[in-house]
Amino acid sequence: MKQCQFEVTENISLTDTVKRMKLRGDTSTIIRPGQFINIKLDGMFLRRPISVCDVEDDILTIIYKIVGKGTELMSRMKSGTMLDVLSGLGNGYDTSVSGDSPLLIGGGVGVPPLYMLAKKLISEGKNVTVILGFNTKDEVFYESEFTNLGADVTVATADGSYGIRGFVTDAMTDGGYSYFYTCGPELMLKAVYSKSDTSGQFSFEERMGCGFGACMGCSCKTVTGNKRICKEGPVLTKEDIIWQA
Amino acid sequence: MAGLKVDLCGITIDNPVIPASGTFGYGYEFAELYDINILGTFSFKGTTKDERFGNPTPRIAECKSGMINAVGLQNPGVDKVISEELPKAKKCFCKKIMANVSGFSVDDYAYTCEKLDCCDEIGWFEVNVSCPNVHGGGMSFGTDPAAAADVTKAVKKVTSKPVIMKLSPNVTDIVQIAKACEEAGADGISLINTLLGMRINLKTKRPVIANKMGGFSGDAIFPVALRMVYQVSSAVKIPVIGMGGVSSAEDVIEMMLAGACAVEVGAANLVNPFACRDIINDLPRVMEKYKIDDLSSIIGAAHS
Repeated sequence: MKQCQFEVTENISLTDTVKRMKLRGDTSTIIRPGQFINIKLDGMFLRRPISVCDVEDDILTIIYKIVGKGTELMSRMKSGTMLDVLSGLGNGYDTSVSGDSPLLIGGGVGVPPLYMLAKKLISEGKNVTVILGFNTKDEVFYESEFTNLGADVTVATADGSYGIRGFVTDAMTDGGYSYFYTCGPELMLKAVYSKSDTSGQFSFEERMGCGFGACMGCSCKTVTGNKRICKEGPVLTKEDIIWQA
Repeated sequence: MAGLKVDLCGITIDNPVIPASGTFGYGYEFAELYDINILGTFSFKGTTKDERFGNPTPRIAECKSGMINAVGLQNPGVDKVISEELPKAKKCFCKKIMANVSGFSVDDYAYTCEKLDCCDEIGWFEVNVSCPNVHGGGMSFGTDPAAAADVTKAVKKVTSKPVIMKLSPNVTDIVQIAKACEEAGADGISLINTLLGMRINLKTKRPVIANKMGGFSGDAIFPVALRMVYQVSSAVKIPVIGMGGVSSAEDVIEMMLAGACAVEVGAANLVNPFACRDIINDLPRVMEKYKIDDLSSIIGAAHS
């Protein structure tokens, strides 16, 4: 983990409520896809943890949904704004266990961390299949970005207005993939857990205090003991998960 | 050279800045960020007799100028703290550590402190009496002078190290609790623990925190904490550690003027992991600005 200053170089809308921000700074602590950064915002006491979508040289990309005061403030930031960032947080996805044909399943703002993951897996020579789930056509983003990486992409919308009608699990085939990686709302993660027939890795979300393991605010029970979503997570393996009622 | 050294219950510490329990783990994780030997000491994560997972999540809610936590004393239990956590802490911290202890009965407190008493690296006990007393209808020890005194006596019996009682601000008269602890033999008082607070999510119309309520800390509580430190330090003769919303060298000095001989930093560590280092580095500059040569000389200066 490093505390550093990042400069906003882009902050554009992808949909009505989802924006992409590019930040320039020291990206050296982002060593795996699925890690996150924690951003200090003026007037907000706690930082905002946001997953990393991509890193290229000194440019770090995040995609965020405007859901509250913090992300609302972020949505109005202009290029040139300097941000105090804790970078390189969390464990991230492990690509070494993916096998030849991994399946990536993302829902809503769970999609962004899968982009850097797909890029890494493809660079390692894997055949990557991606399923992206959204509520409706207007909320779809990053389909072409994944396609351009060379992934085989299927989009599902809950209302059927774009791609396959239904949930990401309706787009999942029985078998045909070596391993899976997923990120999205908890209900989706649970459905993927039930439907999947291989091992896989899940990225979880939780309200955090510090984001770097000090406050025990985001603890969860796992098969291998108590873990902090921010430190030993956010990525947990399928075998490790204990779903809370 | 600015005089930063202060005496804390008979042990001299290099400066009065102490990371507060629950915001600094057992120290070693912060040692990856900076040399934690610059600290006066640190108060380790609240430790109980048995391992505790704590409360369900969400455990955290943001507030204006602060936060609410309802972690629920998650810790590995005293045996694992002694066998696993303290050896790791000792590797990166060569000074005395403050042992923060919690319990749910008087016997719990005594048991945990007696076990920790044999650890040489522990300099002080900081006894958190904000926990509910399972034998007292769930009311916290810290809200009843007699119960707080009982815990003090029980801990004093099992250790010769200084015993500092950490008080809850969620009482009608904190001075009365502090006096009861002093009369029961406490060597010091630390205050304040978090203020009971709550947030409700407008979308779900339900409490943000799974436990419904939690402890409010951060910048917003500083004036309340300062007032209580002022009141308690004028009512007791034993040393007082001040905490609550401290995030700058100026705050440290203000707490000391109110009567604190040392100052703990809590929630600020969670926002800026380097908060304590930055405060210590900034103290000489702020002391010079306000013409303070020696921090020891300003303790309680606001009272005269």
